[in-house]
Amino acid sequence: MSKKPSTLVNMLLALAVIAVVAAGALAGGYVLTKDAIDKEQQKKSQTAMEQVLPKFQGTTEAVSVQARQGDKNDVTVNLAYNNDGSLFGAAVETYTDKAFGGSFTIMVGFDAEGTIIGTAVVKAAETPGLGDKIKTEKFNGQFAKKQLRPWDVEGGLSVTKDGGQVDAITAATISSRAFCDAVNRAAEAYQKVLNQKGVAQ
Amino acid sequence: MKKLRILFNGILKENPTFVLVLGMCPTLGVTTSAFNGFGMGVATMFVLMLSNMLISLLKNFIPDMVRIPAYIVVIATFVSIVDLLIQGFVPALGESLGLFIPLIVVNCIVLGRAEAFASKNSVFDSMLDGIGMGLGFTLSLTVIGAIREILGSGSIFGFQFLPETYNILIFVLAPGAFFVLGFLMALIRHLQSK
Amino acid sequence: MLLQVSGSPHVHGSESVKKIMWSVVIALLPAFLVSVYYFGIPVIILTLVSVGCCMLFEWLIQKYLFKGESTILDGSAVITGMLVAFNVPANLPIWILIIGDLIAIGVAKMAFGGLGKNLFNPAITARIFLLISFPVQMTTWPVPRHFQGFADAVTGPTPLGVIKEGVKAGVPVDSLMNTPVALSDGTFANMPSNLDYLFGQMGGSFGEVSAIAILIGALYLLWRKVISWHIPVSFILTAFIFAGIFWLADPTQYANPFFHMVTGGLMLGACFMATDMVTSPTSKWGMIVFGCGCGLITMIIRLFGAYPEGVSFSILIMNALVPLIDKAFKPKRFAN
Repeated sequence: MSKKPSTLVNMLLALAVIAVVAAGALAGGYVLTKDAIDKEQQKKSQTAMEQVLPKFQGTTEAVSVQARQGDKNDVTVNLAYNNDGSLFGAAVETYTDKAFGGSFTIMVGFDAEGTIIGTAVVKAAETPGLGDKIKTEKFNGQFAKKQLRPWDVEGGLSVTKDGGQVDAITAATISSRAFCDAVNRAAEAYQKVLNQKGVAQ
Repeated sequence: MKKLRILFNGILKENPTFVLVLGMCPTLGVTTSAFNGFGMGVATMFVLMLSNMLISLLKNFIPDMVRIPAYIVVIATFVSIVDLLIQGFVPALGESLGLFIPLIVVNCIVLGRAEAFASKNSVFDSMLDGIGMGLGFTLSLTVIGAIREILGSGSIFGFQFLPETYNILIFVLAPGAFFVLGFLMALIRHLQSK
Repeated sequence: MLLQVSGSPHVHGSESVKKIMWSVVIALLPAFLVSVYYFGIPVIILTLVSVGCCMLFEWLIQKYLFKGESTILDGSAVITGMLVAFNVPANLPIWILIIGDLIAIGVAKMAFGGLGKNLFNPAITARIFLLISFPVQMTTWPVPRHFQGFADAVTGPTPLGVIKEGVKAGVPVDSLMNTPVALSDGTFANMPSNLDYLFGQMGGSFGEVSAIAILIGALYLLWRKVISWHIPVSFILTAFIFAGIFWLADPTQYANPFFHMVTGGLMLGACFMATDMVTSPTSKWGMIVFGCGCGLITMIIRLFGAYPEGVSFSILIMNALVPLIDKAFKPKRFAN
């Protein structure tokens, strides 16, 4: 078969056929992988939730709320109920836009009294070797057992450099401050949702 | 024998990274570890092989004047499928390669081989060329990734052998990629000139 | 040997290279002695190791890669070694310094073909390489102690660092200057007084702290006609004016221009590293453009950047522009 000449009909025909076949192949690929991708994404937020609420077994209810006036994004508060319907706590997916790499998202687990159970980084683009250390056990561990509701510290948590209670990561004060900002935002969102729901405290 | 030569052409003599200097974007961007470099290489090899085969198959069907858009559609389709497959089945790799997978579409190697080889040769030869080039690309990316990982993270394929204090951070950042690429390129030129 | 890559007229002669290089070494001595006074024995060790390593690396590369004559006695490796050491904190682990020397000689100098062919100042390249690679060790500054307590490793921030952090947190500059800063051992120290700034009693890379000692060295180089006034003066003046404009506009947000003159690496950079004749323009006007660019970028980074100090970045960026500047300001030909 010799090469098709570049007439208008030939060109349109060739491109159209290729485009249709490509679209078909893509649709096939999408259907084939959809389940796996969905499952993967679910697993990701699930693992973050399990990390911050390790002992929890029951049902969750997601509520989106604007934590502070002027916030660009909403914070998702996953209220966690025990099987008997009482409140266990919440896993709050919160963010900060004061990070070195713009913004990052973390998950903060609270119990019903507002004490932090654990924190975990969901998505962050901080400098490797520096701000990236917000993912370490050592840094996250500091937040456990800190009570934020009712506020035991005026203005929430802050790094020791600013007179607070959190040891900042060496040479990454900005990331550490941003982390505190995200945790404080989570606490405020949690408080707000509890007030809205009128959950017995 | 001739077939073998096509296969091995891409590995050293016309190595896409060090000799042709194609596909620099993923080469510099994703090689922060040996595993990432390897993964990117394999993904590119997969796309290269399939697109080379299909374009060789279609070479007489596609009129000359629209060949570039036609090639791009073919390549983009394979890339999107690979992207979906990685997200679904190798999510850890998908997370670290991120945006660079969709960017295989504009990787000069893929389009370059379609234009320079697949559009002129038989399907089987094109497949061999795709595999060979892909292997060469995978090899160079893995080597760059391994060196950057050893120097920058003190580990190799995730196995940590140096504590964090001894890591030379610049090698996992962008400037380190240029340093490693430059010195490897110089080394290969030196070996070839011998 | 080529002294510089430029349009004609060329300067030749290894004798003149030697003379120039050893004058620079002498000019660096005052700053060295002041550093020894403030930071003690480690300064001597770091400087000697750095000089030794630079000479060793150059000798090895020259002998086994270039297979050429030894060049280590021309003094350029000695200067690079001293400047690399001057650009690090006095408590830096030695092995990090040696990596810096390897980068300075191996990557910034010899990879380009050796003295006269390098595009970037080797010491600056090494400093930035180390700063990015070892941000913690490179920004842990020992507190000056006047010959006392060499062993204790009390560290504190640099004045520039204090201002940067403080302004970001919304504290006015005035009160930052008068608030004691926390040191690593839990004690507090006052910010340096005006005299301290001038003589260099503050945290910083050990060779850069004393503005007076560096100026004495620079005057010696001017007197020996090793450097011309164009780059240092345009560098420092531009930084001064830029800082002054912002200070006049809002003194709560921006420190006064005198503060910017005597802190950080401005003096060391302007007098010893921007003036490196291999990596700076050849014509007078080219040098002035080069100096102004350095001053401007330095202040932009100091006032608005993520890093508290921008001298080394500015010199590196302007180094890259030197071929362009040389093209725009060709040296006049003698016979036209």
